[in-house]
Amino acid sequence: MSKVWFFMIIFGIMAALYTGNIDIVNEVILQDAQEAVVFAIGLTGIMSVWLGLMNVAKKSGLINSLSALMRPVTKLLFPSVPENHPAVSAIMMNMVANMFGAGNSATALGLKAMEELQSLNKGRETASNAMCMFLVINMSSIQLIPLNVLKLRADAGSMLPAEIIAPALLATTVSTVVGVTVCKLLEGGKI
Amino acid sequence: MRLLNLLSIFAIPAMMSIILIHGYFKGVNIYEAFIEGAGEGFKTALKIMPYLIAIFLAIGVLRKSGGMDFLVGIFAPLLKPLGIPAEVLPLAFIRPVSGSGALAVLRDILQHYGADSFVGRVASIMMGSAETIFFTMAVYYGAVGIKKSRHTAAAALISHIAAVIASVYICRWFFR
Repeated sequence: MSKVWFFMIIFGIMAALYTGNIDIVNEVILQDAQEAVVFAIGLTGIMSVWLGLMNVAKKSGLINSLSALMRPVTKLLFPSVPENHPAVSAIMMNMVANMFGAGNSATALGLKAMEELQSLNKGRETASNAMCMFLVINMSSIQLIPLNVLKLRADAGSMLPAEIIAPALLATTVSTVVGVTVCKLLEGGKI
Repeated sequence: MRLLNLLSIFAIPAMMSIILIHGYFKGVNIYEAFIEGAGEGFKTALKIMPYLIAIFLAIGVLRKSGGMDFLVGIFAPLLKPLGIPAEVLPLAFIRPVSGSGALAVLRDILQHYGADSFVGRVASIMMGSAETIFFTMAVYYGAVGIKKSRHTAAAALISHIAAVIASVYICRWFFR
């Protein structure tokens, strides 16, 4: 991460020097740092809502039943996650939220899932196989209705803004399958 | 299409109702349980804040300085042999880095080439099928203190390339 981060910033500043608008860097520092804080604060609300609901579901036993139901799938993708672990339901609910385009809810539930996976990982600083798998699925996940894409297409005068939904679902499926397969191949030793 | 739209609107309220109704009839003190869980929200938000600032800063500098366009110019010829139209390459490059940046690029492509052109359709499909990699990794791993991400980035990038290539070929096949 250090290298990527270093490269992005230094290359950006050099590009700004080259194009002669170094001022933009000052603007970014002010604006984007502030945006990040606003985003984090905004996330606090939805994060609390889902953590609260997850706690209710944990106490009522709903999480246990859901995890048991999803066992065949999770055993295949996350063999190191025990049955009935809260991580399973957090992962599942993150997928549902992602599918329906509820971005902030998905982030909140995803962070919860990561916390649960990290408790299984015994707080190590190295990602577990389950974490890699979860993130890869999360990043290539299906969104049933890409609302902002449809909006942009409509704005650009498309006759049928929604005609891309089916092919996009197909493309996502391909990328998810590829991601999961590559992840399994790269896993190697057990962590 | 209308059904999908309805599903999208109802998904979150439905999840919420199921959890609360189930909890209520199982005799859980749902209000207390909610408050207890919700208390953790602020802590998580605070924990991810420095990671968010770092990644927003880097993406902002790289994109707004024109550095991103420069990189696209260098790497675009490498992807040409895969049959990807040059017009959508900027989108393929910016998508894993920045979601809002990708939306801006998509808007340009749609305005310039038309939403119903081949390029416009490929770009729309690509936007709908890929995800922001570096942002997600920084925030999710940052939140739980993971420093070594192992094969996550490699698998995610390969999956992204698959999405890009699939977008082109599926579009070609779908809109024959």
